[in-house]
Amino acid sequence: MDFDLNEDQSLLHDSVERLAADLYPSLESRQARLKAPLGFPDAGWTAFVDLGVTGLPFPEAEGGFGGGPVETLLVMEAVGRNLVVEPLLASLVLGSTALRLGGSAAQTARLLPGVIDGSLRLTLAQTERQSRYDLHDVATTARRSGDGFVLSGAKSVVPNADAAGLMVVSARVSGERRDPHGIGLFLVPTDSPGVAIEAYPTQDGGRAAEVSFSDVALPADAALGDLEAGLPLLERVVEHGIAALAAEAVGSMDALHRLTIDYLKTRTQFGVSVGSFQALQHRAVDMLIQLEQARSMALYAAMMVEAEDPAARAAALAAVKVQINKACRYVGQEAVQLHGGIGMTLEYIGAHHFKRLAMIEYQLGDTAHHLRRITQAENGLLAA
Amino acid sequence: MDLRFTPEELAFRDEVRTFCRTEIPAEIRKKVSEGRSLSKDDYVTSQRILNAKGWAVPHWPQEWGGRDWTPIQRYIYTEELFQAAVPLPQQFNCYMFGPVLATFGRQDQKARFLPRAANLDDWWCQGFSEPGAGSDLASLKTRAVRDGDHYVVDGQKTWTTLGQHADWIFCLVRTDFEAKKQRGISFLLIDMTTPGITVRPILTLEGRHEVNEVFFDSVRVPVENLVGEENRGWDYAKFLLANERTGIARIGLTKERIARIKRLAREMPAGPGTMWDDPAFRSRVAEVEVELKALEITQMRVAAKQGRADSVEPDPASSLLKIRGSQLQQAATELLVELAGPFALAAPARGAGANNLPGGFDWVDAAAPSYFNNRKVSIYGGSNEIQHNVIAKGILGL
Repeated sequence: MDFDLNEDQSLLHDSVERLAADLYPSLESRQARLKAPLGFPDAGWTAFVDLGVTGLPFPEAEGGFGGGPVETLLVMEAVGRNLVVEPLLASLVLGSTALRLGGSAAQTARLLPGVIDGSLRLTLAQTERQSRYDLHDVATTARRSGDGFVLSGAKSVVPNADAAGLMVVSARVSGERRDPHGIGLFLVPTDSPGVAIEAYPTQDGGRAAEVSFSDVALPADAALGDLEAGLPLLERVVEHGIAALAAEAVGSMDALHRLTIDYLKTRTQFGVSVGSFQALQHRAVDMLIQLEQARSMALYAAMMVEAEDPAARAAALAAVKVQINKACRYVGQEAVQLHGGIGMTLEYIGAHHFKRLAMIEYQLGDTAHHLRRITQAENGLLAA
Repeated sequence: MDLRFTPEELAFRDEVRTFCRTEIPAEIRKKVSEGRSLSKDDYVTSQRILNAKGWAVPHWPQEWGGRDWTPIQRYIYTEELFQAAVPLPQQFNCYMFGPVLATFGRQDQKARFLPRAANLDDWWCQGFSEPGAGSDLASLKTRAVRDGDHYVVDGQKTWTTLGQHADWIFCLVRTDFEAKKQRGISFLLIDMTTPGITVRPILTLEGRHEVNEVFFDSVRVPVENLVGEENRGWDYAKFLLANERTGIARIGLTKERIARIKRLAREMPAGPGTMWDDPAFRSRVAEVEVELKALEITQMRVAAKQGRADSVEPDPASSLLKIRGSQLQQAATELLVELAGPFALAAPARGAGANNLPGGFDWVDAAAPSYFNNRKVSIYGGSNEIQHNVIAKGILGL
């Protein structure tokens, strides 16, 4: 049991925090970045690539940096703290995890150089209009055709699809819509004929898209991992996504809590700083408790996301998302309330943290979804 | 960063786990698990088994029976005791009096009292709170006036937990009536058989005799029973309260309660199946489990930090553990009452040959009393509101 960063991790922590802070010195600079066509400037993406972030999760033998969950946690905390809009969750976490865990030697050799040098961005397309958060609810189909496949259907709210060169798509190869078997994952270039991407901004400053597939022809080597048993791989990808979101949420909540404490110390009313009022002090303490409990769960996620036992891993990551979701809502709402009017304005950065935290709740599973997953496990969480 | 236990830590955990479950009598552990009262003999039996193993006071200095364990080992040890429903070593002897005397006492006092405290040959109780001094402890009024080789003590203490069993009481008394209130307090050891002491029971709301009032009427205490320096008692009390807060989250206790609730839920009929088939009930159990898992990691983070040489001050983070830990202890007792459901109302007389078990369940009559009694945990040891103040000042700088 040891909560300290090793030397390499400390260096990564310092450099990624410094880079994010340099790129995002103010709210004005962030809002200016959002105006770029893809929702972030090329130079921003290049800066993260130059730091080595895109190679972080891949083994050194494959040209990566051999980082693990703790390294991803450090990057994502910096993302959250600075409200970074470059597509790190979509590409570095979701897309890259699918490729790392599911890619054949040939696929890896073909795609990894572009992923690491930043020229190929990835994303994950799994949500459908009826699926809610159920990864096994897949109506999009991949029919066999000659040596390859034909992909038909649509995906919703695909993160940063307009910035991606390649998306990982869940599609049904066999079985009924909600059958856990018969789901495959496919590598689909976004410029394939028949792929239509309708992109839009998200509520929190990011980008996403509605994506449709009209008889998109895919070669045989588009299939990622086991053709008929893609669900376990998709679950692992989403677990890594939850771990990353947990770290991002902690970074954002940490920043927001600091902003709130600073505000309580500087804002004066009735001739005193409002932080001298016990009613507000106790609420600030309850925010801190939620933040620290969330921080513990982000660490727990990093510890469990590579665990061997799938049931234990699933229960752990479900628990993480429940705690993170509750903390996001609590800390976000309390921060706005303790700021009073200024917390309601678009020109205050705290409001943008609030919005990002509010939206994290609805990415990769809300509280009810993950509570249900825990209760459906035979013995609940503790036995796992 | 490695959040797993090392192989050595896992081996230690297994050793403690096996010892607790094989050496401590099952009937004592059953009483603890069901939240029923323990007799003095139960406490003494359990503690002497631990002490024979060298495990009653592992956190004391090695000279007096301590084990020089790492903070993580101490954490594992405490959690395993809780999870096996072993009574913790008598807390006033082992977590309050012992550490204070070992740190601030004279050598002859240590030799006289510490081995007996570790073996529960002497039962110590705490004389801190008074009717007019609760959260504002430093306003205490019990007086000790020097008369030759003795102090003469007059006043009243209250909320004296298990004082009915006590051989000795460690007291905060006022010895300087002019000084600022924290500066005039001394730490005095008083033999409970001294003439002038009266103990009156206070029944807590579930009907048990757990706390007492203790009255002092011209009680003569030898000056040699002063701990440390006169008028420095407040410093020793702060040291003691910081000790009290370690392990106060009682994660293992709540884990044991939740595990038991899950077992009992499978045996409690409801609708076409059992309470464990009820998604609403299971969801409430899951919410407590999730919070508890987070608190477990938080506790380990605090423990790992306390292992550092550079942190000697009490960590305000322990206040966070107190707040959340007490809330979760209470939440678990609420779940148990929900599980007992209509049977929770019943309070039948228990005894040999009793065949009046509500619904035939032998545990349901203890559910509500345990819930009632556990309202105390957010009040004692510094109320949760005081803990909020500690964090606001100590961590947030407000």
